[in-house]
Parts: sequence; C-alpha cells; structure tokens
Amino acid sequence: MNRTAALWLLLALLLLPVPEALAQSRSETLLVVVELGPNSMDIHGVGANRPAYQSSWNLYDRLMTYGVKTLPDGTRMYDYSVLKPELAESWQIAPDGMSVTFKLRRDAKFHDGSPVTAKDVKWSFDRAVTVGGFPTFQMKAGSLEKPEQFGVVDDYTFRVAFLRKDKLTMPDLAVPVPVIMNSELARKHATSADPWAMEWVKNNDAGGGAYKLESWKPGQESIYVRFDEWKSGPLPKLKRVIVREVPSAGNRRALLERGDADISFDLPPKDFSEIAAAGKLAVVAHPVENAHAYVGMNVKNPPFNNLKVRQAVAYAIPYEKIFHSAMFDRGALLMGNPIATNTFGYDAKLSPYKTDTAKAKALMAEAGVPNGFETLLYFDQGFATINEPAAVLVQESLGQIGIKTTINKIPGANWRNLMLKKEMPIYVNAFGGWLNYPEYFFFWNYHGQNAVFNTMSYQNPEMDKLIDAARFETDPKKYADLVRGFTKLAIAEVPRVPLYQPNLDVAMQKGITGYQYWFHRQLDFRQLSKN
Amino acid sequence: MLRLIGRRLLAAAPGLAGVIVVTFLLTRALPGDPAAFFAGPAATREAIEEIRRSLGLDKSLTVQFGLYVRDLTRADLGKSLTTGQPVRSDLISRLPASLELTACGLLLAVAVALPLGVLAATRPGSWVDHLCRMLTTAGVSLPIFFTGLLLVYVFYFLLGWAPAPLGRLDAFASPPRSLTGFLLVDALLAGDLGIIGAILRQLALPAITLGLFAMAPVARMTRAAMLGVLSSDFVRTARASGLDRRTVLVTYAFRNAMLPVVTTLGMVFSFLLGANVLVEKVFAWPGIGSYALEALIVSDYAPVQGFILTMASLYVLLNLLIDVLYGVIDPRARIEA
Repeated sequence: MNRTAALWLLLALLLLPVPEALAQSRSETLLVVVELGPNSMDIHGVGANRPAYQSSWNLYDRLMTYGVKTLPDGTRMYDYSVLKPELAESWQIAPDGMSVTFKLRRDAKFHDGSPVTAKDVKWSFDRAVTVGGFPTFQMKAGSLEKPEQFGVVDDYTFRVAFLRKDKLTMPDLAVPVPVIMNSELARKHATSADPWAMEWVKNNDAGGGAYKLESWKPGQESIYVRFDEWKSGPLPKLKRVIVREVPSAGNRRALLERGDADISFDLPPKDFSEIAAAGKLAVVAHPVENAHAYVGMNVKNPPFNNLKVRQAVAYAIPYEKIFHSAMFDRGALLMGNPIATNTFGYDAKLSPYKTDTAKAKALMAEAGVPNGFETLLYFDQGFATINEPAAVLVQESLGQIGIKTTINKIPGANWRNLMLKKEMPIYVNAFGGWLNYPEYFFFWNYHGQNAVFNTMSYQNPEMDKLIDAARFETDPKKYADLVRGFTKLAIAEVPRVPLYQPNLDVAMQKGITGYQYWFHRQLDFRQLSKN
Repeated sequence: MLRLIGRRLLAAAPGLAGVIVVTFLLTRALPGDPAAFFAGPAATREAIEEIRRSLGLDKSLTVQFGLYVRDLTRADLGKSLTTGQPVRSDLISRLPASLELTACGLLLAVAVALPLGVLAATRPGSWVDHLCRMLTTAGVSLPIFFTGLLLVYVFYFLLGWAPAPLGRLDAFASPPRSLTGFLLVDALLAGDLGIIGAILRQLALPAITLGLFAMAPVARMTRAAMLGVLSSDFVRTARASGLDRRTVLVTYAFRNAMLPVVTTLGMVFSFLLGANVLVEKVFAWPGIGSYALEALIVSDYAPVQGFILTMASLYVLLNLLIDVLYGVIDPRARIEA
C-alpha cells in the first residue's frame, strides 16, 4: 500500500540520527536563551532596547574597557576603578587636566579589513553626541557634549578636550555608548536625510569588535562568529554564539536543565533559587550595583505630600517579607537605605526604618489622618513576577494602618507614560545606574532637575546643592561628607522607601567558565569558554 | 467559477476597508504612548516629543489616517518599533511559520477526527463512540497553552523524546535555502531529506497541541453529519439495493456528510490561526501571532494594524476557498451560488 509506505518513510525521517557535524559544532558554540532579543545592532539608534546593548558590546570596540576583580566568593566582576586599553593602546591626561590624548592600536582592523583610525573615532563620537536621545544623554553624563571636543591629531592619535573637570568623563568613555564605528563603510550608506546612516547601521555590522554578526532574524535569533583578526585583547575562546528568543520562562529553565541551552539571565528569582538548590547547573549571583527596588510616593500631591504620612509608610512596609516572597532572598535588604550595599557611602546604620506597625499608626495620627484614606497603588506589569507579590504585601501592610489601596497593573507602553506624567500617588518600581557612583544615582532619582526616574517629583534645593557639589568634589573627605549628607536627607524626607537591592543572577551549564558581572548586565562573549 | 471568485473578492472589499478604518482607530485608542516607550528609559520630555514627531504621531488623526492609506496603496505597512524592521518583511517572514504550523495541526486533526467520527457514527454506543466522546471533551476543555506546556514537560523534559522547544529548527541545524518560507516545502525543493526529519521533529509537539484542540469540533461534526446521512432515505435505498458496505459508506454517505464538515474545517482553521498565539509563545515559534501580541503590549501600532489586515485578508480567501470546495463536493452548490 502506498499510504503505508509513506507513513513508514515519515517515521523513518523522524528517527534519523542527528548528523555528526552538528554534535561537533556544539562544543565551540554557545547557545544563549533570552526572553527578548535586540531590536537594533546600533546602540545609538532610536528606541534601541536593552538586548541591543549586548549586540553592540560584542560587535564593537571602545577606546577603553574596565579591569576585572575577583570577589571573596570566587566570582568575577568588572572593576570600575581600573580603566584598561581596548582600541587605545595608551592615553595621557594633559598637565592642566583639561584634555586627554589617546594613542590607537596600529594593527586594529574593522570586520571588512580596513584599518581603524582616529577619524573613525571622531566620526563615531560626533555621532553619539549629535543624534539625540539616549546616546547623547549618556555622553552628556560624562560632560561629553559637542563634536568640537573631539580632535584628530594624526591617524593614530585622538584627543578629547574636556568642558570641565568631571570625574565621570573617563569612565563614561568605557560604557557601551561610545563605540567605534567603521566610518568609511557607514558613510557609504548615508543619505542627505540620514547623514549618520542610522537606517543601515541598525541592521548591519559596522564594527571591529571581537565578534562579527553572522545573521540576525529580529524577534527570533541573532548569531555571532568570532573575528579572528581581533587585536584589542586575547582571542576569545568561543567560535560562535547563538542568541535565541524563547518567550516562555518555564521552557528556558527546561532547556537549561536538559542541557540544550548553555546560559540564561532571564528567569524569575524563584527559578534561580530552585536551580541553585538543585545543584545541576551553576548559578552565579551578584547584587546589582547602584540599584534598588522601592516604593515611591508622589510628594507634590496629597496625601503623600505630608512627610509624616510618608514616614508612616516607611514604618509599615514588611521589608523582610517582600524580600523573601518576591525575591526569594536573592539580593540584599536595604530597609530604607537609598544607597546599594556595594556602592560608596552605604551605611546600614543610617536608616531608622523597620516594620513597626504601632509606630506607623502613631505617625498617621500625628499626620492628622488617624483613620487613613483611599489611594491607588501602581506597578509595571512587565515585571509582574516580582512586582505583583511585592504590591500585594504593600497593600496588605498599608491596610493595617488605614491606607486602603487599589492595585493598578500597567502594561509596558503605558507604564513609561505614567512615569512621565508623575501622577501615580504610590507605586512599586526599581532603578539601576550604569556608573557606580552614588551622586550619579541621586542625580537621576532625587535631583530637582526632575528626570523621569524622579517619579516622586521630589524637589529640594538643599538636596540639589549636595548632589551637584559631590559630582565635582575631588577631596575624598569632603566628598564622603557630601554623600553622607544627601543620603541622610533622602532618608529623612523619604520621598521613596528603598526595599532591597536585586541580584543579577545567571544560570549556566557547569562546563562554562569565565563569566563576569558587567554593570550593563549583558553577556560579554569574549570572556566565556565552554568545556 | 472565475466569475464567482471575482464577485466574492469584490464583495469582500468593503469589509476590508472597514477593517482598515476600525483597526486604525482601535490602535489609536490604546492607552499606551509609543513615543514615551521608544524614547528609552532616560528620555526627557523634549526627546519624547522629538520621537513623536519622527513617528508622525504629532499630526491630527485624519492626517495620520491619510498617510496610512497612502502607504497602504504602496504596499507599505509601516515599520515595527519592536523588531526595528518594516512590518511587511516581518509578516512575510513570519506568516509561513504560522500557516505551516496551522496546516500541520489541522491535517493531524483531520487524519484522526474524520475516521474517528465516521467509526463512531457507524457504531453508536460502542467503545469507539465513547473514545470519540472522551477525546472531544478533553480537546475542548483543556486550554491550549496547558496542553502545550504539558506536552513539553512530558515529551521533552521527562522523556527526552521531543527536541528542544526552540522554534522551527534546532539552533545548530542549518535551514534550507529560503524560497517560499515554508520550511518543509523549501527542504523538499532543495532535496535535503536530512533536514526534513529535523523540521518534522520540531513541528510534532506544537502541531499535536493544535491538533488536539482542533480535533474536537471536527470529530463531533463528522459524527453528527454521518449519523444524519446514515439514517436518510437514500442510504436505506442503497443498502436495500445490496450495494456493499464500503460503497454505501464512502461514496454515498460520506460525500454527503462532507458539506458541514468542510464548513467546520474552515471555521476551525481560522480559529487555529488565532489560537496559534499561545502555542507560538510556548514553543518559541516565530509566527505572526506572537509578533502581534508583543507589538500590542508596547502599543506598536504598525505591526498590530498589519497583523489584523493580514488576518482579515486570509479569512476572506479562506471563505472563498470553502465556497469553491462546496462546488466541488456538491454540484448543487455551484448553481445556487
């Protein structure tokens, strides 16, 4: 019978062995599973998402990179106090401290074989400060604002003039934004409407980094292969890296546990804690620097414009319970301290807050609202695995002091909108900053410039003075005093109640070595190897 | 026949125009602000306004609609901010994945449901009938994502029979040269039999998930239609005339029972295209359902509009196909149309 024959053929095809070549390439290829993939290969692009930082970090070189340090638990992390050469061989700060001159590597090439010269650096930096949006903003954070600051001395010498003495200028040149692009190649694709070739660089590789883009299917997978002529560091071990999007968290875990995927950041805290306990896979955990999750309150509008009410909230919140049930204890408790445990200025003794319902009730009475009030509690649905249990616990504890809250879950696009409007009376959220300086964190979150992250609309001239002074202070003693000053003020005025510092967890097969924590919280393929 | 097709296509035009207007208005009524979302985390108000201008969202609704229609006439569906690509190329690369999966799921469902329904109808009250009832009840009552996750857990995680739920092809396999976008067709065209096994293995679990879901209505409908036909006068006459069982069942009864079954199949197919969203999520299947869902969450207008428009056009074509099939199965339907 024909049909029977066809059926057997089908079965036979299903049972065909996996070709040998596949098994071989697996040992040199890393399979990363992620929830969401990049939407751009260009970190300067409009709307480039966080996974795009990872693509950019591996496809492109920067002038400098950060050193590495080994922590007491044996894990490795980048060292923000040490800058190391990447594309630049060396650099020299001018005697007056108002410029820096970089000597570029003479043997460095872009992926198309053309040499990397100072004019590429100039073009790339001009692009970053000109195109607007996130890259321009990030450059500005290090006082890098105008194309006139960047000068080509000769093919292999490049100079950056400083606008002011800013200790963030040099560190800011090693973050993911100031990548060096192949200007000749990119210019070929520029048009009068698009002078910076944004359209082309978004989908193509104009880099000279350790990895080349092999293929990219947006929304599905991106594949990177090693650039064997890379000179800016030791040749990476991994020949090929595949980043696949797997939307279901349960499947990402199953893939890791079955040994089909190699590494993933994107699992809920519960899964990390179970995987770590099971011991089949390696879980590496680092508390995220300069970050905290918090309960924010709008200080412009009643009822939270009343300091006593805010303090009552800070005494009502069940810190340990939230940390345990939402985070499965993965991170570090902050108990009202705004500065993270591994950031300069952290002092556990500074915050008086703890869960004390009696005291909270007394404060509510002092505030003139002994019977409480009704209000709305918001959180971002995109992080519901963590936010939802946290919000429910906050709701329950506030109920005990008479504050009746209705929980509002907000989907992604609208959340950003609500943060901008600054009308949410009370909400659960988190923030992390790239550069590990307390004044950098405060600049975004507590400064009167009222950035989007200051969703509380907290404005206090005294606070601004301390933050601004700390940024340019060079004397260590005075600097420490300033940091202590603004920390104490943030605790006393409590526009937001810091809860805990989250972990950056990563789960991987035991045979994978070399992982190190990066402030951008993305994977650096260059350091990994697979046995 | 050609006139029928032409007339039907013309009649669908106002419907499609309505879809264009309604989806445009509905997406604009979504609460989110795409400009705020895509301006990135550190954006200032000015930066967001800049993005709004570059997206054309600062213009009035009528102007925006005019521009949208103008782009549509050039077959330009706009650009997705989530993937950063033109919506048209996204849909072209993803639609075959969804269609291939849905077709395989439906094929599986038909292969099981039709014989099961016929057998159940010829032997009412027997074990086959009970089995049919049990399967159909299970099929409709189990939520589709649950079946999917359960299958992954049992056949991939516990038993290791199924390949990793990593989408259409193993991450380490090289896909056949893309001609149609349908991997199975491409692999056949390329004559690459080795890869077909890999593709079928990836397809198996998601297709079974969809198939289980689709089986229920098809089996129920087949059974009911067959029962009706089997008790009709012409079957009794055929039996009385001494025709053998096979001829009575297949030639006379089954052919007449096909009409309602085909109608159900059409409905189930369009149903499955929608149900795909969940299966695509579970199996990391790069189809258009998960694409539209992602876009919807971040208020990315263009992909949502493109998706709905594509689906509407597909439904129109599907209904047309069913009508044509009617004519093939039952010549009377041709004259009435």
